[in-house]
Amino acid sequence: MSRSLLTGNGAAAWGARLALADYIPAFPITPQTEIIETLANWIDTEAMAARLVTLESEHSMITAAGAAAATGVRVFSATSSQGLLHGMEMIYTVAGWRAPFVLVNVSRGLASPITLEPDHNDVLAARDSGFLQIHCATCQEVLDSILMAYRLAENDRVRLPVMVNLDGFYLSFTREPVTLPDAKTAADFVGSYDPENIRFRASAPVSQAVAVLGGGPYSYFRYESHLAAESALEVYHQVADEFENLFGRRHEAIDSYRTDDAELVLVMLGSFATKAQQAVDQMRDAGQAVGLLRPRLMRPFPRQQFRQLLAGKKGVAVIDQNLSMGFGGILHGELASALYGQPEAPPILASFVAGLGGRDITGEEFFAMVEETRAAVASDQIPPPRLLYTQAELREVRKLQAVAQVERVELKQPQTVQGGQANES
Amino acid sequence: MNHNPDSAGNPRFQRMKDLPSTHLLGTGTPMCSGCGGLAALHEIYDIIGDKSVFINAAGCMTLLSVYPFTPFRGSWLYTSMASAPAGAQGVRDALDILMQKRRMAASEDMEVVVLTGDGSAYGMGLSATSGAMERNLDFLYICYDNEGYGNTGQQTSGATPHGARTATNRGLSGFPGFKKDLFSIWAAHKPAYVATVIASEPLDLARKIDRALSLKGPRLIIALAPCPTGWEFEPQQSVDIGRMAVKTGAWPLKEYIDGEFVHTRIPRHRLPVEQYLQLQGRFKHLFEPRRNDVLINEIQDRIDRYWRNVSSG
Repeated sequence: MSRSLLTGNGAAAWGARLALADYIPAFPITPQTEIIETLANWIDTEAMAARLVTLESEHSMITAAGAAAATGVRVFSATSSQGLLHGMEMIYTVAGWRAPFVLVNVSRGLASPITLEPDHNDVLAARDSGFLQIHCATCQEVLDSILMAYRLAENDRVRLPVMVNLDGFYLSFTREPVTLPDAKTAADFVGSYDPENIRFRASAPVSQAVAVLGGGPYSYFRYESHLAAESALEVYHQVADEFENLFGRRHEAIDSYRTDDAELVLVMLGSFATKAQQAVDQMRDAGQAVGLLRPRLMRPFPRQQFRQLLAGKKGVAVIDQNLSMGFGGILHGELASALYGQPEAPPILASFVAGLGGRDITGEEFFAMVEETRAAVASDQIPPPRLLYTQAELREVRKLQAVAQVERVELKQPQTVQGGQANES
Repeated sequence: MNHNPDSAGNPRFQRMKDLPSTHLLGTGTPMCSGCGGLAALHEIYDIIGDKSVFINAAGCMTLLSVYPFTPFRGSWLYTSMASAPAGAQGVRDALDILMQKRRMAASEDMEVVVLTGDGSAYGMGLSATSGAMERNLDFLYICYDNEGYGNTGQQTSGATPHGARTATNRGLSGFPGFKKDLFSIWAAHKPAYVATVIASEPLDLARKIDRALSLKGPRLIIALAPCPTGWEFEPQQSVDIGRMAVKTGAWPLKEYIDGEFVHTRIPRHRLPVEQYLQLQGRFKHLFEPRRNDVLINEIQDRIDRYWRNVSSG
């Protein structure tokens, strides 16, 4: 074991290296590119015995990843945002192949408008695909989660691909101290990949991913995938136990921070939850009984743990770094469905949308969200969902709009003067 | 000329009696009777053999393997409409890795074969095919070209010929555009091998598949696939129509190898194209209720021009 300063992307690359990935189909996209560049460099310098192939699109990349996994090698790949969406047909398709591999997604907001900074609409668009999802908040977690993801994916009760998510820029490009497991221990932990009957060999021909006719067989195979994803919850706990025994770090399905005696609980995904954690400390200092839950597993959704961890709490504020148009925050909806009808469920489940496209969430805003939730508890009235935005931000956008307006007028002027013929003469 | 000669140096397929007499591909598939694509696949599969994995894109032939049946003695993987060549990349790379890392014996290796229709090959899958060629992927690509999106009812595709009536071009002039020259697009990538074939010329087809199998790298085959339902003719006419496509010069049999273009069959006395068109309901509007000489001549002129270039070249 050694400690190094690694970016989230660097930690992801180390995860693939320590998991002894054989094959890496790749396609560059910001902010993920550093991962494949790092791996390509290791392969070139023979630090890693793998093959990296750059495909011509993410759609092809995910096809190649699934096809290689279905042939019996250990596969790693990485993408982000538009790339994940470009490959979405294949995300759904390869999950049904039951050929396990690990795909890192570096979260980034989706077009339109096109942007670079993070939110979770990209990864949550894959929510119903059959991929399992682990969401990370630190660089250490990225590395550890990739090792755990292979164990989860390749488990014979699961056999599903796993997506490991980290936030673009805030985690992908942030350097943190990361403990690198030694190669031998990591290799022992992940083990060798046994493709079982999911493989192509000349002596044992198989047909994979064939068509079905009718809803009967279709439903059967879809239910099978769902039940496999559900069993992944139990397998996850076993894998987490084993990981802790070997490496001394515990990664729960839901990371729980100061919730034991909390009355109000924040719920958030990803690296922005570290801001929430800091806010919780400050509120605790101010005598407020506030805690934080950060689900690492989004699929399978750890509904039972949520019920236990939130039992008897007075109020919950779900802060969604995503937006389902015409619905609201996705995590809020998921949590509501997990808690509905539970005898000890918190009476107040408030919804806040924040952090879209990397928009900051300030300490004051965390205080305000908790304040609003507390008021809701007092009045026993669930507050309307909030879309966080400040006066200052609105002023800034108004300025941009004014500039856009001026630009448009100035562009029109020469045409007016020259009768619109200037460009054609 | 043949790349797989026997010990005496003779090509494997010299005359019709050299062709396999029994088919390897199973029967009873849901393909239409008279399917020119299935006929070509039968002939092709006999030569490729069962040490193969077919990577399929969405199209008619996706229905060859419907759970729990398959006519293939070897392996099969369905991918998507756009990405069969990328599936071939993943399988080929994985097999190579397994052999390189000594986790699989070389005897377990297989020929990786992409099987798509023209809808995928000429359109949605072209980018993935281009990428596979640019990466010099060692694979065989079989396109069964029935000149339209056949599985969905013969809508116009990038392979539809000028003047043909389709489900999306029902007017009196049929499809106003022109069949895309996929052979040249593929050849422009300088792959190991490109060829056109047709089931009604089995000896020419067998020699080309045999040659393709003797080479490494990207090898791509377009099989014109007379389509009873899409082209509107009786199933028993499928072979005659295929022969007529060659005799009229509408479907040139050719190959690209070692940077050279070779026509494997130059029709000495090309028949008028209308003898090919007349056999198909999709061109009926050229002859009834009155003859459209302008359009027939236009189609004939393009074929004449093509072959003039062949002679002068």
